[in-house]
Amino acid sequence: MTFLFYFLSAIMILTALFVVFSKNPVDSVIYLIICFIAMAGQYILLNSQFLAVVHVIVYTGAIMVLFLFVIMLLNLNKEIILQKSKVTRISAVITGGIFFLVMVAATRLTLEIHPRYAFDSKIGLVSEVGKTLFHEFLLPFEISSVLFISAMIGAVMFGKKDV
Amino acid sequence: MDLTLYIYKTIFLFIILLVTLVVAMYSTYGERKVAAFMQDRRGPNRAGPFGLLQPIADGVKMFMKEEIIPLSANKKLFILGPSIAMTTAMLTGVVIPWGGIITIAGREFSMQIADLNIGILYVFAMVSIGVYGIMIGGWASNNKYALLGSIRAASQMISYELAMGLSIVGLILTTGSLSLNEIVAQQHGMHWNVFYQPLGFLIFLVCAFAETNRAPFDLPECETELIGGYHTEYSSMKLGFYLFAEYINMFISSAVIATLYFGGYNMPFIDQIGLSPNMVTLLGTFFFFMKIFFFIFLFMWIRWTLPRFRYDQLMNLGWKKLMPLAIFNIMATGAYYYFTELT
Repeated sequence: MTFLFYFLSAIMILTALFVVFSKNPVDSVIYLIICFIAMAGQYILLNSQFLAVVHVIVYTGAIMVLFLFVIMLLNLNKEIILQKSKVTRISAVITGGIFFLVMVAATRLTLEIHPRYAFDSKIGLVSEVGKTLFHEFLLPFEISSVLFISAMIGAVMFGKKDV
Repeated sequence: MDLTLYIYKTIFLFIILLVTLVVAMYSTYGERKVAAFMQDRRGPNRAGPFGLLQPIADGVKMFMKEEIIPLSANKKLFILGPSIAMTTAMLTGVVIPWGGIITIAGREFSMQIADLNIGILYVFAMVSIGVYGIMIGGWASNNKYALLGSIRAASQMISYELAMGLSIVGLILTTGSLSLNEIVAQQHGMHWNVFYQPLGFLIFLVCAFAETNRAPFDLPECETELIGGYHTEYSSMKLGFYLFAEYINMFISSAVIATLYFGGYNMPFIDQIGLSPNMVTLLGTFFFFMKIFFFIFLFMWIRWTLPRFRYDQLMNLGWKKLMPLAIFNIMATGAYYYFTELT
């Protein structure tokens, strides 16, 4: 189990780096897909098969297909090196650094949060996820679905030229 | 997990792999025979008795052809495309229960490789990854026809995946489980889900046709508009992989339809005959394969009967007809269970 965890983590980190460093956008997308599949593997190690499969269906199967669509249709297959001004570069480095700091701080805090929610090996199974969503988090769940519908309708409105 | 189980699972895995390949191989033969029958021809009859060796001859031919990778193609991805298509097609067979429980030397073995508690969703995940095989292959060819074909294929598969997923929700409401094994077990004794979910079954069937890119939904490879569609630039066994993946997908879709809606390995009057449990299991597997072959025949029957859709008709059918129908099916099923459980 530990070996699998480190193996998947290594794949994830390597492919994530490739996403950033590869010049060809289609290559980046494919590395990101591999990264997501490895992440699904991590979910399975945590005994949450439902989350793993939904992750594959939604992120790998739907969102990344749309990414690939856009890249293919815009024909971004030429290797473009973006030229940015110095101000943009410095501000990008600062923003990225701050974001990294936030991430590190967040991982430090998780150690304190952990005992509050005792680990339950069944937490990732379908019935448990369903019960949690529709009992404890019913209101946020419904509100987020309203948000999604409004986003969808908004996208359709933008897409239509004459409404 | 002990050693016997490991050995059994490994052997069973290879058997399923072989069966899948052989069935897909002979589906090509079957397709040509069915087409010939419908068009009043004889079909393949030269290689072996009744032309039965034709698929082997075809396979050899595929391997002997010159392998061409176009100069302007992206080489890595050009090879990756057919590999993904083939791999994902083969992976789906893992969760399908091919039979009941078989007893060998006092030990019980289930005729299913992995009984995942989210079996149906696993099938969907594999289907959704399968889109990449076509998309990447079409794009890497660096050919406009191939790109158009792959974009058509991908948009078609994503659109119909939605209606397919929604049509399954009604079924899950009736069975209360996502595990394929349990769904089959619940259909014991002619309680086939098709009688409880007729609308869901119809939607699922139409979507299965669209997902496998079969006629009347074979727009990604329609010859008159797009030459060969996404595999225009492919030759040799890489083309063979794409064509073969289509037949494997057809076999697996038929197996999934038979599992979800037609009782899987259950057969009528099995309790009344009074056979030994092992015989019942083997007979059930035989019956399951009969159901699968019927659906493969249905796929071919429809291919040689119906003309192809136009692209806008295809999208209209998927989004404006099948999806609302599937949502209606969910609401109706939900309302039925809500009101029957109240009284």
